[in-house]
Amino acid sequence: MMHFLLLLSRQGKLRLQKWFTPVTEREKKKVIREMTLMVLACPPRSCNFLLWRDLKIVYKRYASLYFCCGLGDQDNELLTLEVLQRYVELLDQYFGNVCELDIIFNFEKAYFILDEFLVGGEILETSKTVVGIAMEEAETLQEVTHTHSHLSVTHLPKYLNMFLLFSQQTMEEYMSKPTY
Amino acid sequence: MTRGNASAFTGAMSPSVRLQEMIRVIRGARTQGEERGVIQRECAAIRAQFRQADNGTRSHNLAKLLYVHMLGYPAHFGQMECVRLIASPRYNEKRVGYLGAMMLLDEKQDASLLITNSIKNDLSHSSQYVQSLALCTLGCMGSAEMCRDLAPEIDRLLRASNSYIKKKAALCAVHIVRKVPELGELFTPASRSLLSEKNHGVLHGAVVLITELCERNPDTLEQFRKAVPELVQIMKGLVMSGYSPEHNVAGISDPFLQVRILRLLRILGRNNDTASDAMNDLLAQVATNTDSSKTAGSAVLYETVLTVMDIKSESGLRVLAVNILGRFLLNNDRNIRYISMTSLQKIVQTDHNAVQRHRGTIVDCLKDQDASVKRRALELSLALVSAVNIRSLMKELLLFLSSCPPELRAHTTSGIFNAAERYAPSQRWHIDTILHVLTTAGGDVRDETVPNLIQLITTATELHCYTVHKLYRALITDISVQSLVQVACWCIGEYGDLLLRGECEETEPVQVAEDDVLDALEMVLQSHMSSPATRGFALTATMKLSTRITHNVDRIRSIVSIYGSCIDVELQQRAVEYNALFKKYDHMRAAVLERMPVIDKSSPGHTNGESAGGSIKEMEPTKLTQEVVLPQGPANQVCDLLDLLGGSGEPLQPSPALSTTALGPVSSTAGGDLLDLLGGLDVTPVPPSVIVYEKNGMTLKLQTDKQTDTGMTITLTATNSTDRDITSLTLQAAVPKSVQLQMKAPSGDVIPAHGLGQVTQTVLLNNPNMVSLKMRVRVCYTSQDFVCQDTVQIDSFPSPAW
Repeated sequence: MMHFLLLLSRQGKLRLQKWFTPVTEREKKKVIREMTLMVLACPPRSCNFLLWRDLKIVYKRYASLYFCCGLGDQDNELLTLEVLQRYVELLDQYFGNVCELDIIFNFEKAYFILDEFLVGGEILETSKTVVGIAMEEAETLQEVTHTHSHLSVTHLPKYLNMFLLFSQQTMEEYMSKPTY
Repeated sequence: MTRGNASAFTGAMSPSVRLQEMIRVIRGARTQGEERGVIQRECAAIRAQFRQADNGTRSHNLAKLLYVHMLGYPAHFGQMECVRLIASPRYNEKRVGYLGAMMLLDEKQDASLLITNSIKNDLSHSSQYVQSLALCTLGCMGSAEMCRDLAPEIDRLLRASNSYIKKKAALCAVHIVRKVPELGELFTPASRSLLSEKNHGVLHGAVVLITELCERNPDTLEQFRKAVPELVQIMKGLVMSGYSPEHNVAGISDPFLQVRILRLLRILGRNNDTASDAMNDLLAQVATNTDSSKTAGSAVLYETVLTVMDIKSESGLRVLAVNILGRFLLNNDRNIRYISMTSLQKIVQTDHNAVQRHRGTIVDCLKDQDASVKRRALELSLALVSAVNIRSLMKELLLFLSSCPPELRAHTTSGIFNAAERYAPSQRWHIDTILHVLTTAGGDVRDETVPNLIQLITTATELHCYTVHKLYRALITDISVQSLVQVACWCIGEYGDLLLRGECEETEPVQVAEDDVLDALEMVLQSHMSSPATRGFALTATMKLSTRITHNVDRIRSIVSIYGSCIDVELQQRAVEYNALFKKYDHMRAAVLERMPVIDKSSPGHTNGESAGGSIKEMEPTKLTQEVVLPQGPANQVCDLLDLLGGSGEPLQPSPALSTTALGPVSSTAGGDLLDLLGGLDVTPVPPSVIVYEKNGMTLKLQTDKQTDTGMTITLTATNSTDRDITSLTLQAAVPKSVQLQMKAPSGDVIPAHGLGQVTQTVLLNNPNMVSLKMRVRVCYTSQDFVCQDTVQIDSFPSPAW
C-alpha cells in the first residue's frame, strides 16, 4: 500500500499531503522535511526510485511540482509511476491544462479528486472516465445544495433534474469569470 | 471539464472569494513574519466564526483553516468544527468536514471517536455521494474501535449496493482488516462473490481485499486457491481484449488491475504445485505478449517476473523470466535497470548461474552516474563474487571504491573484505587488497579491520618482509588514514629488523637507517592527525624496536621517558611501564618484546578457560564469533553487543590489549570478565516461562524449549499493561563466547496497550561446549513519549536448561 503522497514545489513548499497511515504531526513534519531534501536534491534524469527507512520512495517531477510517495515493499514501483501519471491526468482532466497555481488555489479539489482515485493507500478506480463523472456529479450536488441551502441532501432526488439545468447555467456563468 | 475554481463555494460571492483572497494575501507576504501575522489574524477570525452559530460560512472557514494547516501552522482548534460539519445535513459542509477529518484527525485524537456515529448514519444515506464520503474517510483514518463498530455495515454494502459504493466498501474493508485482522473472516464470503463482477473498479477492490485476507490467514489462502482458474480467466480477458478506451494505458488494458491479479496469483501459487500449474500458461502468455516499450507494459512484465520466480513454475518459464530481466538490464531507462537489478538480487541465491551470465552488464552499472543504480549494482556485484571471478571482479570493485559516493563507502569496504576473506586466491593478494582498500578508503572501514589485518599478516610468515616494506612505504607517504597507520606501526614494531636488513625477495627493498624508521614512528607520535589509539600503536612499536635495532636504543629510551609525562593518560601509562622495563626489568625486556607467535583465528570455545602465557587472546575478541541477526546495520550492533558483554564498559580496541600484555600475565578484558561470569554458577530450575523484566508497565517473559542436546530455542514475549502503545521496541542479546546465538526477526515493534497484544522474538542458541548459560538482554523502547533502555541479566534459565 502507499503510505503517503506528497506534492512539493521546487522551492520546497508543500502543496498537498495525504497520509494513509496514522502519523503524529511531529513525525509528518519530519518526513516532509526529509522527503523535500531527498527529492529536490536529485539531478534530472535520475532514477525515480529511492530507498528510505523501510519504504520505497517513488517520485516524479511534473513541471514545477514533485510528486513523491512512499510504498511498502511488495508494491510495484513502475506501476506507481503510472499511478502518479494517472493522478496528474485526472487533475488535468478536471482543471484543463492544470498548473501549480490551480492546485494552490483549489487544493480542496485536488484532494477530492485524489479521494476518487486512491483510498486507504490503494487504487480505487482504474478508469479516468469514471473518476471524471464522479467529480462532476459531486460538484453538481455541491452546487445545488449550496445555492439552495435550505434543501438538505435528502431532499435532492425529486428536484435534481430541475436544478441540474439551473446549475449548468450557473457553471457557465462562473466559467466566464476571471480566474482570480 | 470546467475550471472548478470559484464555483466551488458559490452562492454569496464574498465567502468563496475570501478563501482565495486569503490564499493570495498569504502568498503575497514578503517575509515569514508578515506571513505569520496574516495567518494569526485569519486564524483569530476563523476561531471567532467557529464560536458563532451557523451562518453559512462554516465550510469556507474550515477550508481556510485547512490551507493554513498545510502551510505548517497549528490547526487543532478546527477538530471540533470538523465533527460538527460532518453532522451537517448539507453536502458541501459534509464534504469539507470529512476532508478536515482526514487531515486533522487521526486515530490518535480523541475527537475521531466522535465522528463514528455520523459515519454510521452516512453509510446508510440515500445519496451515494454522502455514503462515499463516509466510506472514504473510514478507509483512510478509521481506528480499530471504529472499524469494529462499523464492519457489519461495510459487509452489507459489499453485498448489496451499486458498483460505485461496492468498490469503496471493498477498500474500506481492506483498511478494516489491516486494523483488526480478526474481522477478515467477516468479509471472506462477500469478497469471493465480488470476483464475478464486471466493473473494473470493483474487481480491483476485490482483488486487493482477497490479497489482504490471504496474506493474513492461511486458511483463507487455502480457500482462495480454488479461485485461481477464475483469476486466470479474468487476466486472460484483459490480455487478449481489444482496445478499450476506458482502461487502456499505452496499449495495455488496465495495467493496474493486471498487476494486482498477478500479485494475488503469486501468493496463491507459492509453495503449491497445483495452483502454480494452473497459472503457468497464463504467465507464459503475459510474459511473451506484453509490449514493454512503455512503463505500463514494463510494470506488468515486472510483476509477472516476480510471480514466476516466486511460485513453483516450470524451468522453461523461469528461463523466460530471467531473460526478461536480462533484457531490462540493457534498457536505456534507468528505472528499468534499477528494478531489473532489484529482481535479480532476489534470485541470485537460487538461480546463481543465470544471474552470473549478466555479470558484465551489472558491473558496468557500477559506473552509472545515478546513486540508486550504483547501489543496486554494488549489492548485486557483491552477491556474484565467486572463486572463479574474484580477481577480475575485485579490480572492478576497487575501481568503484575510488569514486563511489560517500554513503556507499562503508558498505563497499565491508563487502570487499568479506569477499576477499572468502575467496582470496593467495595471501599476498589478500594483503594487497586490504592495503589497497585502506589506502583508498581507510576512514570508512570497520574497527575490526585493524586486528583482522594484523592477524592475517602474522599468519603469512613468508610475506613478513614484503608486508613491512609495503607498509613502511605507505606510512612515509601519508599518515592521515588511522587504520593504515596503526597496522603500519604494528608491523614496523614487529618486523622492523626485516626492514633494516635491506633485502627482500618479493619487492624492491628500501635502504633505510634505524634513524629513518624511528623518525617515521616519531612523526606519527607527534602528529596532530594521529588519534590516541594510533599514538599508542606508535609508542609500543618504538619500544619493540629497542630489541630489534642495535645502535639507537638510547633514542628510544629518551622517547619513552619523555612520554612518561604526556598529558594523554594512556600514553603516559605505557611510557612509564616501558621506562620501568628499561630500568628495573631490563633482563626481561628481550623476552617480553620478542616476536609474537602466529595468532589463531578465534574459534568457538577457544577463549574459554585458556590462558596460555604467550597467546594474546585480547587480539581476537574483536572478531565476533556469535552471529547476531539484528534489524540495523552490522557495525554498530557489533560494538553495542561487546559493550553488553564487557560489563566494565571498556571499549574493545586492540591497543589497550597490546599494552597490557607487554607486561605480564594476561589481564582481564571482555574475555576475562566472562570467565568471572562463568565461575561458581548455580543454575536453579524455574517454571517454563519466567518474567525477566518488569518496568513501566512493560513485561518481558522468557520461555525455553530444548530442541537438541546442545540447541535451545528461547522465546521472548513482551506485553504492555499501560494505556498507551509502546513503540520502537528492540531487543538485543549477548551470551558467553562459546555459545552461538541467532536472533530471529521480532513479530513487530509495537506492543498494543492494555495487554491487547504482544511482541515475540525467537532466539536460537547453540551451546556445543555445554558451558553454563547466561544471557544479557538489552531492551529499548518508547513508552509515554520517553525512550527507555535497560539491561537485564538472566542467570538462570527455566528447565530444561543445562
